[in-house]
Amino acid sequence: MAVSITEKPFNPWDELQTRQDNLSMAGQYGATAVFVGTMRDFNEGDKVKAMTLEHYPGMTEKYLEKIILQAERQWELMHTLVIHRVGHILPDESIVLVAVWAAHRANAFDASRYIMEELKSHAPFWKKETLEDGDRWVGKGSEG
Amino acid sequence: MSINIRYFASLREKMGKAEDSIDAGLARTVADVWGVVANDTGMPSNTLCSINMEYVGPEHAVKDGDEVAFFPPVTGG
Repeated sequence: MAVSITEKPFNPWDELQTRQDNLSMAGQYGATAVFVGTMRDFNEGDKVKAMTLEHYPGMTEKYLEKIILQAERQWELMHTLVIHRVGHILPDESIVLVAVWAAHRANAFDASRYIMEELKSHAPFWKKETLEDGDRWVGKGSEG
Repeated sequence: MSINIRYFASLREKMGKAEDSIDAGLARTVADVWGVVANDTGMPSNTLCSINMEYVGPEHAVKDGDEVAFFPPVTGG
């Protein structure tokens, strides 16, 4: 598995390509499921100019690894990559990438969904939106 | 002999600081720690707690050297 928290903008498609090029299991995986979360410029009817993502250094990495280990126990997976932005984020920038490589699609689809949902409910990250007229903390995740 | 405390996000802003420290003898549980730092005002109902970066409930015991954190529901992804 590979887990990374980054303050710098990242290109999820480049990260995927680089990761796949470096996997030593070419020819073995038959399915890659990918989820990319991107910042929107609207939320709850308001225009959002920017966002600040806070996290709990140490606990965040620990929980992301724990979530992936739980997924690896539940499904047969070959590799998992999770990258999450923190700090100052602008609309259209990627917030999160979850990618799962497996032999078959059911494991890849199910595990990637599981990892993403667990991340949203347990990994200690907090979003604060910058609106036209001030800041506000995001109260809860979207319905999925 | 102390317990270190961390606050995150809206709770950090509400407390006006990111970190705190109290004498370990003042608290038996996470809820006790909150009582000391918040002058016995109740913990907001949706507050999450951790000890040494593991989620725990408010009645979990604390000990000298623990890092206790209080934060609102998480909103990553």
